[in-house]
Amino acid sequence: MKDFSIVVSGAAGQGIETVANLLASILKRSGYNVFVTREFMSRIRGGINSVQLRVSSKRVAAYTRRTDIAIPLKEGALRHLVKYSRIDKNTVVIGEKSILDEGSDIKSDHLIEVSLSEKAKEMGGIILLNTVSAGVVAAFFEVTEKIVEEHLSELFGSKGKEIVEKNLNAYRAGHKIGEDIKTRLSIEPGVTISDEVKEHLLLTGADAIGLGAIAGGCNFMASYPMSPSTGVLTFLSQHAKEFGLVIDQTEDEISAMNKSIGAWYAGARAMVTTSGGGFALMTEGVSLAGMHESPMVIHLAQRPAPATGLPTRTGQEDLNHVLYASHGEFPRIILTPSGLEDGFYLTQKAFNLADKFQVPVFILTDQFLMDSSYNIPPVDLTKEKVEKRIVKTQKDYKRYTLTENGISPRGIPGFGEGLVIADSDEHDENGHITEDLHLRVKMVNKRIRKKLDTIKAAAIAPELFGPRDYRVLVLAWGTNKHVLMEAIESLKRDDVAMLHFNQVYPISDTASSYLEKADEIAIIENNATGQFANLILRDIGYRIDESKKLLKYNGLPFAVEEVRAFLEEVV
Amino acid sequence: MGDDAMNKEVFEIMNDVDYDIAWCPGCGNYRIREVLKQVLADLKVRPQEVVIASGIGQAAKMPHYVRVNGFNGLHGRSLSPAMAIASANPFLTVIAESGDGCMYGEGGNHFVHTILRNPNITMFIHNNMVYGLTKGQASPTSQCGFVTPTQPADRQGVTNTPFNPLALAVSLDASFVARAFIGDEKKTAEIMKQAIRHKGFALVDIFQPCVTYNRVNTFRWFKDNTYYLDESHDPQNRIQAFQKTLEADPYPLGVFYTNPRKPTFEEASEAYLDNKKPLFDRDVDIEKLSNLVKTFS
Repeated sequence: MKDFSIVVSGAAGQGIETVANLLASILKRSGYNVFVTREFMSRIRGGINSVQLRVSSKRVAAYTRRTDIAIPLKEGALRHLVKYSRIDKNTVVIGEKSILDEGSDIKSDHLIEVSLSEKAKEMGGIILLNTVSAGVVAAFFEVTEKIVEEHLSELFGSKGKEIVEKNLNAYRAGHKIGEDIKTRLSIEPGVTISDEVKEHLLLTGADAIGLGAIAGGCNFMASYPMSPSTGVLTFLSQHAKEFGLVIDQTEDEISAMNKSIGAWYAGARAMVTTSGGGFALMTEGVSLAGMHESPMVIHLAQRPAPATGLPTRTGQEDLNHVLYASHGEFPRIILTPSGLEDGFYLTQKAFNLADKFQVPVFILTDQFLMDSSYNIPPVDLTKEKVEKRIVKTQKDYKRYTLTENGISPRGIPGFGEGLVIADSDEHDENGHITEDLHLRVKMVNKRIRKKLDTIKAAAIAPELFGPRDYRVLVLAWGTNKHVLMEAIESLKRDDVAMLHFNQVYPISDTASSYLEKADEIAIIENNATGQFANLILRDIGYRIDESKKLLKYNGLPFAVEEVRAFLEEVV
Repeated sequence: MGDDAMNKEVFEIMNDVDYDIAWCPGCGNYRIREVLKQVLADLKVRPQEVVIASGIGQAAKMPHYVRVNGFNGLHGRSLSPAMAIASANPFLTVIAESGDGCMYGEGGNHFVHTILRNPNITMFIHNNMVYGLTKGQASPTSQCGFVTPTQPADRQGVTNTPFNPLALAVSLDASFVARAFIGDEKKTAEIMKQAIRHKGFALVDIFQPCVTYNRVNTFRWFKDNTYYLDESHDPQNRIQAFQKTLEADPYPLGVFYTNPRKPTFEEASEAYLDNKKPLFDRDVDIEKLSNLVKTFS
C-alpha cells in the first residue's frame, strides 16, 4: 500500500494545526485518504508540538514513525522529532537554516533549506506561514486550485475577500517551492485517489462521539472540562441550539454526574464526558446509578495518570478504574470503540443499552482518538434507532418490580398516574427505604445476578481480522485495532490474526472460542500492567505470557513499526 | 378548612406503606412534614407533578414520608439532580429538601453554583444546627462554643464561624431568600408556599429543634431568639436584605430578598427556545442531523 507521511512541528499557538487541517481538508476533497494525529504539550503557547498527516491509497488510522516530509517551523522542532525517532535518512526536511542547523548530526540525506517565514512575510505577513507550508506539501499531490480556493473561502470568507486572496497567493507561493523540491529530488508519493473519498466525512474523535450522542437521542449534558475529553462538551454546546439540548458546564464532576442521573430520572438522555481524574470524582455517583438502576452514559477519554499525569497524551490506563469504580456491587457495560465509525455507532448504541438495562454504560476512548481525524464513509443514521424504554405509569406503579430478567419497567415522574421513587438506600419494590434483610437479598439478586446474565447475553462479540485458521492470535481493545491491523498486514503471514474488542466488559461468551483455537496469544495495550490481559485471565481463565505482552505507557500511541517489530519477535 | 384538610390527605403516604417514620418523637421534622402536605394541597398540585429530591440524613427521608415522586440521592447532592429534573421537565414542581449538614456542608459547592444558575426549584433546609443521624457532631450552622462529642468542651466546643446561608445567598443574588421557624406552622406554610410559587431558585432555611442532640437551640430558644421582618422591610432592596441576613441576635424570619427579574436556567437554556416539550417527549431530528453530518464532508 502506498502511503506518504508528512509531519509538521512547531510551537503551540503557531498554527501547525491549521496546516494539518487545511491539508487534510483539501486532500480529502481531492480524493485522497487522509489521517491526522496530533501530539502536543499541556500548554497554551510555546513548547514543541507536532502533527502527522498520512496520505494513503487505502484508509489508515494509525501513527507511524516513518516521516517522508518533515517541516519543522521553530527552533527545537527538528530535535524533538529526532528524539522520538521520527527522522531517518530518507526523510526530506524542509525548513529555515537556523532550524536545520540544529540537526547537523541527523541522518537525513535531504535537508532542504528554505526560508518559509521570509516567503510568508513577502506574501503579506508571518501569519501566512501556515498557508505557505500547506502549499509546499500540497505540491506533492494532485490538488486543484479550485478546491483550495473553496476551502479558503469557507475558512476566511467572513474576514473578507482580501484575506482569502492573500491566503491563496501564499498557498501558490508555497506550492511553487514544493514543486521545485519534488522535481529536484524526484519524489513521487504514488498515492492513488478515489472519487468515493470525496464524499467521505472528515471527523475528529470528539466529532464522532458528539454526533453519535445526538444520534443516540442525547439531550442533556452536564460536564466539567478536562483534557482530552472536552471536545465532546464543546461539540454538543455548539449544537445545543440547533438540537435543543440542555447543556451545563458544572462546578465539578460530582455535580455533573448527579445532574445526569437526575436528568435520566426525569426522562432525558444524559451523558457526561470526562477523563480519569474527573471520573474519580464521579464514582460515588456511578454507585448511585447502580442502586437507583438508573441508565447512565459516561464518555471517558483516557490520558496517562496517576493524578494529573500527562494531560494531553494518550493511554489505556483507566480500564480498571471504570471496571471497579464505586462502592458496592452492580453491573455495568464498558464499550471501547476502535475509531471514528465505532465511536459514532457505539455512542449511539450506548444510550439504548443504558435505557434498556438501566445501568451505567462507559464509552472508553483516549486522547489518540479524540485528537485524531481521518475520512470515513458517511455514517448511516438509520442503522440504529432510538429505543426509548420509558413506560407510562399506572396508579399502582412500582419502580423496582421484581422480574425474571432483573429489569423493572422504568417510569418517570409526570408521565402516567403512578409515582416514581428512586432510592439510594436499599429499598422495596416501590422504591421506599427498607431494612428487611430478606428483601435486600432479593433486590441484590435482581440488580446483579439476573441483570448481569441478561447484559452478558447481549454483549458485543469481539471481531476477528485475518485468517480464520490462525496459529497466533493477537488481542487489542479500543483504539489499538488500526495499528495492529496495519502491522499484521505488513507481516504478510497467513497464520497471524487479530481479535479486537469493542466491548471489554462483560466479555462476550464468544471470546473464549477464539482463544481456544490459538497456539499462541499475544496482546498490545497502552498501560504498564496489562489491564485487559488481567481481565482475560479473571473472566476467561487464560493467562497471557509476559513475553507476549507489548505494553507502551510513555504517552504516545503505538507506531506501526514498533508493533510490527514486536510481532516479528513473538511469532 | 374542610376542603384543605381533605386535600392534604392526598399527600399522606403512611396509610399505604408498611414502615413507620424513622424520626425521633418530638422532632421538628414531623411538623415540617405536616406543613409541606398542607402547602402542596393549598397549591393544588397533583402528587404526580411533584418531585422531592433529597440527600442523606433524617430530613432527607422526606421523599419516603410524603406521597409524591421522590429522588433520594447522595449526601450533599440533592440540588444537582433537582436542577436537572426541573430542566429535563419544566412542568414538574421540584423541591430539594435536606438538612443543614447535607446542604451546607457536603453540598456547599453545589449550593453556591446552583444559586448562580437560578433553576426553577425550591430548596427547603431543615436547619437544627447539629448532625442528627451521625449522632450529635457540629454542623456548619452550629454556633460558636456549641459542645459536641467531636468538638468537646476542653477544645472550647465549636470554634468555626457559623455558616450564614442567607447572607451567602443574597450575596450571590439568589432570586428568593427566606427563613422560617417551624414553631410557627402558619407563617412557615405561607413562606414555603411563596417559595414554591416563585419562578426561579428559592431558598427557605427552616429553623427546627433537634430534640435528641441539640439541648441549646431548643424549641424555646428559637422562639426567644427570632422575630419577623415587618412591613418596613423591602425584599427587593438587596443591601437592606443583606444587612438583615447578618442579624443573629435575634434572628429575623420571613422573606429577606427576592429578585423577580432573573431568567431561570430553563429559560436561558437553548433546549426550550422554540420547543416547550419536556425532554422525554422529544425525538431526534434526523433531517437536521443528516444536514449536520454533511457539513463534515
